[in-house]
Amino acid sequence: MAADTGRIREKIREVSEGKQITIMHLCGTHEDTVSKYNLRSMLPENVRLVAGPGCPVCIIPDTDLQKVFHLIEKRDVVLTTFGDMARVPFQNRSLFYYRSRGKDVRVVYSVFDAVEIARKTKKDVVFFGIGFETTMPSIAVAVKDSPENFYVYSAHRYFIPAIEAIIKGKMKIDAFINPGHVSTIVGVKAYERYRKYGIPMTIAGFEPQDVMLAVYMLVRAVAENRAEVFNEYTRAVKYEGNVMAQKVMDEVFSAGSGEWRGFGEIPGTGVSLRKEYQDRDAEVAFEDIFSDFQPTEDPRKRKCRCGEVLKGLINPDECSLYMTACTPRNPVGPCMVSFEGTCAIWAKYGIR
Amino acid sequence: MCLAVPAEIVEIDWPYATVSLGGARRRIRVDLLDDVNVGDYVLVHVGLAIQKVSKKEVQEIERLWQQILEE
Ligand code: SF4
Repeated sequence: MAADTGRIREKIREVSEGKQITIMHLCGTHEDTVSKYNLRSMLPENVRLVAGPGCPVCIIPDTDLQKVFHLIEKRDVVLTTFGDMARVPFQNRSLFYYRSRGKDVRVVYSVFDAVEIARKTKKDVVFFGIGFETTMPSIAVAVKDSPENFYVYSAHRYFIPAIEAIIKGKMKIDAFINPGHVSTIVGVKAYERYRKYGIPMTIAGFEPQDVMLAVYMLVRAVAENRAEVFNEYTRAVKYEGNVMAQKVMDEVFSAGSGEWRGFGEIPGTGVSLRKEYQDRDAEVAFEDIFSDFQPTEDPRKRKCRCGEVLKGLINPDECSLYMTACTPRNPVGPCMVSFEGTCAIWAKYGIR
Repeated sequence: MCLAVPAEIVEIDWPYATVSLGGARRRIRVDLLDDVNVGDYVLVHVGLAIQKVSKKEVQEIERLWQQILEE
């Protein structure tokens, strides 16, 4: 790859000459590739590659976390979730903190493990679900095939409608690298509605070559004024996506307004269980417990700029807490917790 | 969260399958794909196969890469 990388760098420089181009990628795994291989250093100064909100753990507002805390404080349930989510702090507490205090919090690899736990216990098992379209099909499959003591607290978000909010936001983005595995599910076709904004997009894989190719395809498209949706990740993404996965998602979930850290409410991104599956919905089943829930504020997070990091407005090192008060061992915000969070990724690869 | 890794199917027990993931074996669900066979490569994301992947994936990036360089 080494010699060819030089050629692609040259090509990127040639086509982008004289233009300021800002490209945003939309997936934490892309940020990992970019930081790990130091790809930004291979781009000319006039081409900027910024990270967007491609981190499900990061974009979940504190309200959802507080509600889950509230639930396990009030009711003796088995709370299951993914590892990253269990470490997110709020007012110096996290789900791991609750576990150390004797609450039954279990980290699972997949939602199917949570269903298995439910089959083996008489207690109510709640799965605190996060994730975008990549993850939601697994949750939908699990919901359809789960026992009566299994519930989902859905903090999932539809990612595709959020792109509109990014396009209409403060920052001018000239091109997007679309998330590879969200695209595996939704397909190339899901992005066609954004062509009207005149911004080219490329669905890309996760090898450094994939990302460099995507950047080249995008700078060329910007130079030629072609607002197309390109697919560089043809080995895993089809035009129509995974239709069966789309079907099961539609069957189980419905869309509404959803809150995102940094962005606020974004229409069409909130994910709740449809009426037919209401008895699996933790928010419905434990309605009485949530009725006296009041969200509060975490003073420790006042200086956390995770919301701006998610919008691509600042880099992690522009936050005064980065690697001082906020480190991977003692994170302040979720952007430093999740392995897809930009702050955590920069910390991991020693970027200052 | 959206991390997905390619793995080879070694056994099918519909709607489950056993895959080999870097030497380790894992039981996953495969019922959102049609026509999966032993020997196929699938992308696995949190216990679910989300797509079949081309075995020639590496060659494929290389082909695209060459094509662009030659333009
Ligand atoms: S470094 Fe920590 S405090 Fe600063 S934005 Fe990132 S997560 Fe928040």
